[in-house]
Amino acid sequence: MSLRTPPEIGGMGHSVKRKEDPRFIRGKGTYVDDIQLPGMLYLDIVRSPYAHAKIKNIDATKALAIPGVLAVITGQDLAKYNLHWMPTLMSDTQMVLPVEKVMYQAQEVAAVLATERYIAADGAAAVEVDYEPLPVVVDPKKALAPGAPVLRTDKKDKKDNHIWHWEWGDRAATDRAFQDAQVTVEQDIYIPRIHVASIETCGCIAQYDKVMGKLTVWMTTQAPHAIRTVFALVAGHVGLAEHKIRIISPDIGGGFGGKVPVYPGYVIAVAASVLTGKPVKWMEDRMENLQADSFARDYHITAQIAAKEDGTLTALRIKTIADHGYADAAANPSKFPAGLFHICTGSYDFKAAHVEVDGVYTNKPPGGIAYRCSFRVTEAVHTIERMADLMAHQLGMDPAEFRLKNFIKPDQFPYKSALGWEYDSGNYAGALHKAMEKIGYGDLRREQAEKRKKGELMGIGISSFTEIVGAGPSKHFDILGLKMFDSAEIRIHPTGKVIARFGTRSQGQGHETTYAQIIAEELGIPVADIQVEEGDTDTAPYGLGTYASRSTPVAGAAGAMASRKIRDKARKIAAYLLEAAEDDLAWEPGKFSVKGTPSRSKTIQEIAFAAYTNHPPGMEAGLEAVSYYDPPNLTYPFGSYICVVDIDKGTGEVKVRRFVAVDDCGNIINPMIVEGQIHGGLTMGLAPALFEEISYDEQGNIQGGSFIDYLLPTAVETPKWETDKTTTPSPHHPLGAKGVGESATVGAPAAIANAVVDALWHLGVRHVDIPITSDKVWKLLREKGVTE
Amino acid sequence: MHVQVTINGEKHQADVEPRLLLVHLIREVLRLTGTHIGCDTTHCGACTVLLDGRPVKSCTVFAVQAHGREIMTVEGLERDGTLHPVQEGFMQEHGLQCGYCTPGMLMTSYAFLKKTPNPTEEEIRWAISGNLCRCTGYVNIVKSIEYAAAKLRQGGR
Repeated sequence: MSLRTPPEIGGMGHSVKRKEDPRFIRGKGTYVDDIQLPGMLYLDIVRSPYAHAKIKNIDATKALAIPGVLAVITGQDLAKYNLHWMPTLMSDTQMVLPVEKVMYQAQEVAAVLATERYIAADGAAAVEVDYEPLPVVVDPKKALAPGAPVLRTDKKDKKDNHIWHWEWGDRAATDRAFQDAQVTVEQDIYIPRIHVASIETCGCIAQYDKVMGKLTVWMTTQAPHAIRTVFALVAGHVGLAEHKIRIISPDIGGGFGGKVPVYPGYVIAVAASVLTGKPVKWMEDRMENLQADSFARDYHITAQIAAKEDGTLTALRIKTIADHGYADAAANPSKFPAGLFHICTGSYDFKAAHVEVDGVYTNKPPGGIAYRCSFRVTEAVHTIERMADLMAHQLGMDPAEFRLKNFIKPDQFPYKSALGWEYDSGNYAGALHKAMEKIGYGDLRREQAEKRKKGELMGIGISSFTEIVGAGPSKHFDILGLKMFDSAEIRIHPTGKVIARFGTRSQGQGHETTYAQIIAEELGIPVADIQVEEGDTDTAPYGLGTYASRSTPVAGAAGAMASRKIRDKARKIAAYLLEAAEDDLAWEPGKFSVKGTPSRSKTIQEIAFAAYTNHPPGMEAGLEAVSYYDPPNLTYPFGSYICVVDIDKGTGEVKVRRFVAVDDCGNIINPMIVEGQIHGGLTMGLAPALFEEISYDEQGNIQGGSFIDYLLPTAVETPKWETDKTTTPSPHHPLGAKGVGESATVGAPAAIANAVVDALWHLGVRHVDIPITSDKVWKLLREKGVTE
Repeated sequence: MHVQVTINGEKHQADVEPRLLLVHLIREVLRLTGTHIGCDTTHCGACTVLLDGRPVKSCTVFAVQAHGREIMTVEGLERDGTLHPVQEGFMQEHGLQCGYCTPGMLMTSYAFLKKTPNPTEEEIRWAISGNLCRCTGYVNIVKSIEYAAAKLRQGGR
């Protein structure tokens, strides 16, 4: 895409330095925990040591005896207001505080309100709870077995732990294709429970003004407007109407999906502030964050694919058990219980596919959320990319050649997949060829053959993923019925400077910069003259927030559409000022001129001034516009990643030697920011591929509940990412752009896993579940007699 | 207990509980909120400050241990309206996204470059391995530190 604006304007395609950085590099950001209000109280939470237990008694005597402890709040207290349970986005229910029993280790049991942070913690430690342990169900397959203890005893008539069954696609056609198949492969794939672990944990300050009847909540949320409506719907009966609720999402220290849900701590803080009339702060610590906040993934998948002997893929069949913990609290706004999992046909032209998913209750924290990906897309991509490699190896074909044979071809777009999605645009072979060239694929294969002769373990893995982002078209998405548009409101001041507000909320993506660039592109006003604001529900237009790579596809589009409305009015004003017909005016970024007489022109700044001082008779003053954009389709970014690993035979350590990522996200607004998003996404793909997992023992004790044993990659483990791009614009997005923030997280794990299996295939290894830890590989090598 | 500390060149004193963590003294008593908290186990490094010139994780130091000592936080990097080269480097090379780990990264980098003015990439990666970043993937942080190193070698502050 060629640049339409000069650097001093800074429209699309310029690597404009970020407007957010000057405050962050000086330590002048304002995150929730940075805010201190006069008279503020602190909340700390008592959590359960048991994964499943009856609460026989909560004794607050000792806690209340500590000077500064003001109250101990229990489920019984909240039950008086019917606030002890709350609805989830998936039409399930979850506890705010329990009345009868706890359902997972680290569940909230009671909350202590105190004058100081340390005193609140003292109070929480002094609350005495008498538990009666109950049988624990950790394995979702055992949870489905006959005779398993029924966990959700709160639900009348619930006789098992099955939440829902969902299936999609043409079962009969898929079964027929498998009957006729020349080659099939099947694989069990477990995609474990992980946690986004943003470096800032979750928390809030709730401030209820008793005189004005107004609640203000500073909150670590990715979706402030939706949260406001949820609060109004849940707490309307206690007098909190939507116009009396203000949610402010200040600077957010990373979200990745973990800051979409409403956690009990927020609700308790609000209740405590409403009851006391004082500001109440709740900030969880890291262990609470890892142990109790929504998890991601936890999918037990069985996948089968069918192909002809020449390598043509024909059909895909997947069965999955989805472990949701004790409540289905997925932050999933799609109309499908398994989110967008049915993107699982990936980049390949399958004629038939069928997918079944069953949601199951276990004694684990509720969820799930996305881990820097749209809803269940990583699970889908990991499955199809692993299966593609398995089939290629099975047929003795090179995995690259196999992919190139089966890709959806550029002339097939818009492409209707066997599972019903309409892919907007793509050139999959283009991205793979570029990645192969950049990494030197042929040479690597030759090197691998040499090394194998010497007994060295080297693997090359490919992942050619298709993402599905930008939720979303209202036919597929809503939150409690709220359609998933997003919004922009742009006001041009008389001197040509701009304030623009959006319904999304950046958590590091750089919206203050990229949204300004969109407006600069459309109106020719310099980025430096445009102030972007988000996250305050009293000032920003209603929007559904930032997650699922939706900000550019949806709110960015709204910014372009609102700019165009402004340009339409500016054209009328320019025509009046230039005494010319509107049709006789030509637009170039920043000014209208009379066609054929370029010296007769008006800049957008002159037009803005005239909008307040000298506008055409009969026209309203001012120059501003609002747009609510409901996208006609999702956007389908894609890419091809190639990873080279070397495996240490002695220790089983997997070393990522090189990783080339070729991404295509359509037209790019800010190349520097897009590259940064890809680097970050790749690292959040590396993390679950090699290191991160939250598991539980049979008693439901969490393993990996702190940074001591939940391993985030540091700069040492993270490779030097090599990125490149191809550009296939989205045909339906006003700027031709697609979302990109999550592509790399979605695409990277399969490339790494495929590389490891590729290194071990000749030893008879067909699959390794992620995370592929040294321990796991070392055991395999021992099993295969490679190492002692 | 009474503590007296010098932070970014300014003297401060406060009466604190012996158990008060240094990070809470800095953030909540002295209201310098640039230093962040990201974990409770000394792993993430968001709370890194310099204590007598050495980087420490201030969530694992008691305020009273800093008595009579010099502390430098992110707020002390800019002097007379001029950014320190590490700050400039992070902005120029897109070494930050959400900004939460950034103050800790900056302080670690500042101390590292004092000791190692001409580092290799590997040395930089090891130097910041006690600071977790969830957004950037570290590549641009490494570049930011290289930028700062070059600028410092050319005589920048």
